[in-house]
Amino acid sequence: MVNLVGRHLISPNDLSLEEISTIVALGQNMKRNRADYAELCRGKILATLFYEPSTRTKLSFESAMLRMGGSILGFSDASSSSAAKGESIADTIRVLASYADVAVMRHPREGAPKVASEYSTIPIINGGDGGHQHPTQTLTDLITIDTYIGRMENLEVAFCGDLKYGRTVHSLIETLARFPGSRFHLVSPEELVLPRRLKEHLTKIYGCELIEYRRMEEALPHVDILYMTRIQKERFFNEADYLRLKNSFILDADKMKLAKQKMIVMHPLPRVNEIAYEVDDDPRAVYFQQAELGVYVRMALMAHQLGVANQ
Amino acid sequence: MIEVASIRRGLVVDHITAGKGLLIFNKLNMASLNCPVVLLMNVPSQRMGRKDIIKVENFTEIDTAMLGLIDTKVTVNIIENEHVVEKIKLAIPHEVKGLFPCGNPRCVTNIDAYVTPTFHLHDEANCSYTCEYCEEITKVEIR
Repeated sequence: MVNLVGRHLISPNDLSLEEISTIVALGQNMKRNRADYAELCRGKILATLFYEPSTRTKLSFESAMLRMGGSILGFSDASSSSAAKGESIADTIRVLASYADVAVMRHPREGAPKVASEYSTIPIINGGDGGHQHPTQTLTDLITIDTYIGRMENLEVAFCGDLKYGRTVHSLIETLARFPGSRFHLVSPEELVLPRRLKEHLTKIYGCELIEYRRMEEALPHVDILYMTRIQKERFFNEADYLRLKNSFILDADKMKLAKQKMIVMHPLPRVNEIAYEVDDDPRAVYFQQAELGVYVRMALMAHQLGVANQ
Repeated sequence: MIEVASIRRGLVVDHITAGKGLLIFNKLNMASLNCPVVLLMNVPSQRMGRKDIIKVENFTEIDTAMLGLIDTKVTVNIIENEHVVEKIKLAIPHEVKGLFPCGNPRCVTNIDAYVTPTFHLHDEANCSYTCEYCEEITKVEIR
């Protein structure tokens, strides 16, 4: 029996595979029967504690709570919070925990949501901490895979772009590795390969097969899922390196011809130019549906944490 | 050969790798102890060739985690009535709290003074630890 009441979500590893499947299943049901859940969180408050800007994740969480009849409060950058006055995370959360029933935190410092969870009396959800974890993006990715592929095991998955700094890639690949039978195709420039420590972890702990490529075309014919990522300017120390690499891995209609007819293209968004606009019309491009599914999976997660999932 | 009298009650940190005695003395803040402390350096040793020794009288509490990080060869003898009542063989600690900073500059432990850096042993062979908060690996060398 899955029980997530009062639990924090800091890393995808905080959830068992059964818990992940239960959240995804409820998210699917919420999508199909949205009206049934419109009052589920009446009287509940979500605090959105965003110490750095994030349009998408913040609005997705807010939409999720509002769609369940709850309310929201919060701040959207550190300068409008007491952190600007030098308050510790522990102090902030001890106060804010009395204002809300569940909180999502995004913070530029890696590990900050974990610190918050140690002092909070309400569930803390990590909404992204630096280059570390982003567990609800992983849940979003998983509900998308469940929707379009129908299984989370025995998959051929290509990750393309910035595999070194991309936290969404790290979280998803590690979670998919916990399901049996998948093979991962890693497409990146040499400067942005998956960190060695993570590769060792995947091969030693989970026995994963990893295949590396320098060109997207080589991986495309083999995969069920192509997970694209943006090469983020803010991760580079050097402008010249950014300019040299940013166009290296662009998906366009020609490259899509190499892919399986049932392959799907995912992207955590925002996209810059790594997926040409012409690909948007291809039925295999599911990144906008992925963003929509993120709302439902966040609804399901919060419903479980607040103990209203079975009402 | 310099003679140092045995102590009646306290502790003897023995088999310190020669040259690390002063580091242990400093890192364990022994200069601030309000009791007699003796640091012996380059003492002849059958087993080690040369070794350092620290004797502390009327004091038996010692930070074995920090000691283990500096030198796993060390033995700590607890002395009562001039006899060794306990011999502690040191090992590299599996859990460490507050003894060194996280090597990841983006880690929350490096900016929020409220948080104590906390680590789990990652690889004993090269003395590296995984941060409890950011999960990055820090190689530790106490200097």
